[in-house]
Amino acid sequence: MIAVAGIDQSKIRNFCIIAHIDHGKSTLADRIIEMTGLLTSREMQSQVLDNMELERERGITIKAQAVRIVYRAKNGEEYIFNLIDTPGHVDFNYEVSRSLAACDGAILVVDAAQGVEAQTLANVYLALDHDLDVMPVINKIDLPSAEPERAIEEIEDVIGIEAMDAPQISAKTGLNVEEVLEQIVEKIPAPEGDPLAPLQALIFDSLYDSYKGVIVFCRIKEGTVKKGTPILMMATGAKAEVVEVGYFGAGQFIPCDELSAGMVGYITASLKNVKDTRVGDTITNASNPCTEPLPGYKKVNPMVYCGMYPADGAKYPDLRDALEKLQLNDASLQFEPETSVALGFGYRCGFLGLLHLEIIQERLEREYNLDLVTTAPGVIYKVHKTNGDVIELTNPSNLPDPSEIEYMEEPMVKAEIMVTSEFIGAIMDLCQERRGVYDGMEYIEETRAVLRYHLPLNEIIYDFFDALKSRSRGYASFDYEMDEYVQSDLVKLDILINKEEVDALSFIIHADTAYERGRKMCEKLKEEIPRQLFEIPIQAAIGSKIIARETVKAMRKDVLAKCYGGDITRKRKLLEKQKEGKKRMRQVGNVEIPQKAFMSVLKLDDK
Amino acid sequence: MKPLELYVHIPFCIKKCLYCDFLSAPSAGEERQKYVTELCRQIRTYRKMAKAYHVVSIFIGGGTPSILEGEQTGAVFDAIHDTFVLDEDAEITIEMNPGTVTEEKLKAYHKAGINRLSIGLQSAENEELKILGRIHTYEEFLDTYRLARETGFRNINVDLMSAIPGQRLSGWEETLKKVAGLRPEHISAYSLIIEEGTPFYEKYGGGRDKLQLPDDEEEREMYRSTKKILGEYGYRRYEISNYAFPGYECRHNLGYWNRTEYLGIGTGAASLLNNRRWNHGEEPVILSIQEQMEEYMFLGLRKMEGVSKSKFAGEFGRGMEEVYGKVLKRMYGLELMEEAGDFVRLTERGIDVSNAVMCEFLLE
Repeated sequence: MIAVAGIDQSKIRNFCIIAHIDHGKSTLADRIIEMTGLLTSREMQSQVLDNMELERERGITIKAQAVRIVYRAKNGEEYIFNLIDTPGHVDFNYEVSRSLAACDGAILVVDAAQGVEAQTLANVYLALDHDLDVMPVINKIDLPSAEPERAIEEIEDVIGIEAMDAPQISAKTGLNVEEVLEQIVEKIPAPEGDPLAPLQALIFDSLYDSYKGVIVFCRIKEGTVKKGTPILMMATGAKAEVVEVGYFGAGQFIPCDELSAGMVGYITASLKNVKDTRVGDTITNASNPCTEPLPGYKKVNPMVYCGMYPADGAKYPDLRDALEKLQLNDASLQFEPETSVALGFGYRCGFLGLLHLEIIQERLEREYNLDLVTTAPGVIYKVHKTNGDVIELTNPSNLPDPSEIEYMEEPMVKAEIMVTSEFIGAIMDLCQERRGVYDGMEYIEETRAVLRYHLPLNEIIYDFFDALKSRSRGYASFDYEMDEYVQSDLVKLDILINKEEVDALSFIIHADTAYERGRKMCEKLKEEIPRQLFEIPIQAAIGSKIIARETVKAMRKDVLAKCYGGDITRKRKLLEKQKEGKKRMRQVGNVEIPQKAFMSVLKLDDK
Repeated sequence: MKPLELYVHIPFCIKKCLYCDFLSAPSAGEERQKYVTELCRQIRTYRKMAKAYHVVSIFIGGGTPSILEGEQTGAVFDAIHDTFVLDEDAEITIEMNPGTVTEEKLKAYHKAGINRLSIGLQSAENEELKILGRIHTYEEFLDTYRLARETGFRNINVDLMSAIPGQRLSGWEETLKKVAGLRPEHISAYSLIIEEGTPFYEKYGGGRDKLQLPDDEEEREMYRSTKKILGEYGYRRYEISNYAFPGYECRHNLGYWNRTEYLGIGTGAASLLNNRRWNHGEEPVILSIQEQMEEYMFLGLRKMEGVSKSKFAGEFGRGMEEVYGKVLKRMYGLELMEEAGDFVRLTERGIDVSNAVMCEFLLE
């Protein structure tokens, strides 16, 4: 047993909480924080760890958070708990995996009414991959529909871990949460590591603070770090001198003298860019480096791309500023300027997934007051040209001429869908429609099965999740992981409005579904584009071949029959309002297209 | 001396029609008398300003101005004559509703110098009059019309309304023929507009009852047939919704579109003097040159003859082509407007969508 700066390593517990969405992860975290007296109930705001307004509202965790708690156990000893909250969404899978790597154990929360779900499984597998000890907890036993026995059985049968003595709790009411705290002491192993060895610390998150610069969240695996330590980020090569180290209070940073092996805390080192401190990288002592970085580092790359344009063209610089500020805290967000004939100046942005995209979009709109027009999200296609070059295509407009293309590839995912037996047929149909390739099915109990499919990523980034929910009355759960690229018969679908191609509406699609989608887009645009002074043909085309057509008829009537002398100011106002309405539209050739028409084609109803 | 039009507003009626969004309401006799006294006082306050003008037309509008007693109308005209210099041939109109005038009142109008009557009929179908919430029948209109002719009025307008809930094209054509057959000198043929804040808006603004209104297609059909039928009776369309025998175009109305200066007196009245516009009780707003040009276009285009290019250049020192060349070219291309010598005007199709055309003439 090694004593570290007055802290006994055997009294530290580093853990996280994993769960399927809505099973009560954040509520349990709140309750633990509250019960260990870190915050008075007055300071206690619901779901402390979800800092952002958006996180609280949507009930999701976007960035990893950590908090240190002191717990006096029944055995009379004081323990230090480091609770690391992880993002709970597949888009942030890599961040999740790094957060898990910073822990020694995981609390698995399972809803007593819902039982094991797709994300439960995915998260458990991820935790087991990191050699974490998983400690199940049955939550929501206060619900009338709670079946804790069934949940326990599922955990044992489906996941294969012991759950007989899992605490049966209600995080909401606080019932039996004490038992969770006791089990953390008993079941989660204490950290190991030598405080005198060369420094080896894992970055599991970082954020930008305008006063302190970049604040790096890390788990010290070996060695010790304190103020003045020269540090080196082993993957990015960035070097700096430590300004401050400390640990996480609830919602605040508390400086301390040093962090040593087994501890979780933060480091500031007057770093100005989060890009220097990539999640998963290893921090070592520059003058006494460790021989090997910690395993598992990879650079995360965006998976989903779309164009983002300010609704008001004059706000283009504001959009750039906002994206730069968001990027300070989110190294996985990428953007570069692009120009669209229809939408003017904007950015092609890269995201980890659709949720990530939605979050960024919402933050831009809310926190930076920007009105945005977003183009259809797409994935990265690999275009193999006849001359042997391979292009990674993120913007459909950049697709080379078909004569120069040998073939194209698209990324696939491995999806696991958990669904009750009555909806299996409907979900299989959905996966077929989305070009899924069946990869097996297992019953996890009599009435529930896991369906496995290979699906093209571009088929699930639009509205797959919504469709899944609607076809299973909300019962299906879904998780996926990235798989390899495969060759695919892809085409670029263009939309022509009044015979002019609208670049912002072009996208890449599989040849088999192009006709259907082209037709739906034309129909939708017909609804969204108001009648104008002339007839407007709307066409969908692949190359020079028109595959669908609709027509917005010319405006029939727009006349003020009666007008008195006294009404002239009113008449002017009416005309000005009409003109103002036109200004909010995008001019493409002679046609005025409402902003929302660009957005409406993103969500085409499935059925 | 510059030409001036006078507008006098009488905000009283017997009962508000269900579609009406004008400033008008039922009233007590005492209230009306007080209003007339105040009106006369206000008219006389313009004595000094009046010296710079000669009055070319007067319009007594409402409400239902014919609700006033003959002497009250007389008093208003006494005040006008005391204050303003009137042209010999000034066009002097009063609005009236059937059933609100007697021979005695009409004689008083004559005496006051009124030489034009504008009768609000709206429809020759009693069923439609009922739907509109009008206070009279077609027969009562005929009585009023005959009485007006007998009293010697030689210039009469009849207001008609198309696109009434439940109305069909054939019914509208029936109304047109019946009224044109009476040969009034002028017919205003408006289509009903459902205005917010009216009982009609509540009923027809949305929901199932909206379906009782003729659709856009039928409404336009009514407009086209108006021109055709009234044309057969010798009427010429000179403004989007106005028809007249040659020489009987409403000068007062045209003055608005030609941006002749006018002074409005009374609660709901608006004025345009020295390129300042204001509504009663509000601060005058000075019109910039740009706004004047815009008005020249969007008001002038209500006239079938259109707007004169040479007059535009004379007034603003810049050619119409220079200011609006791009818009005009686009409108010609879409066949919504056309050139006719010095004039630029709406085509038939342009009339149908005239708001959309006119708003193109608002400058940045």
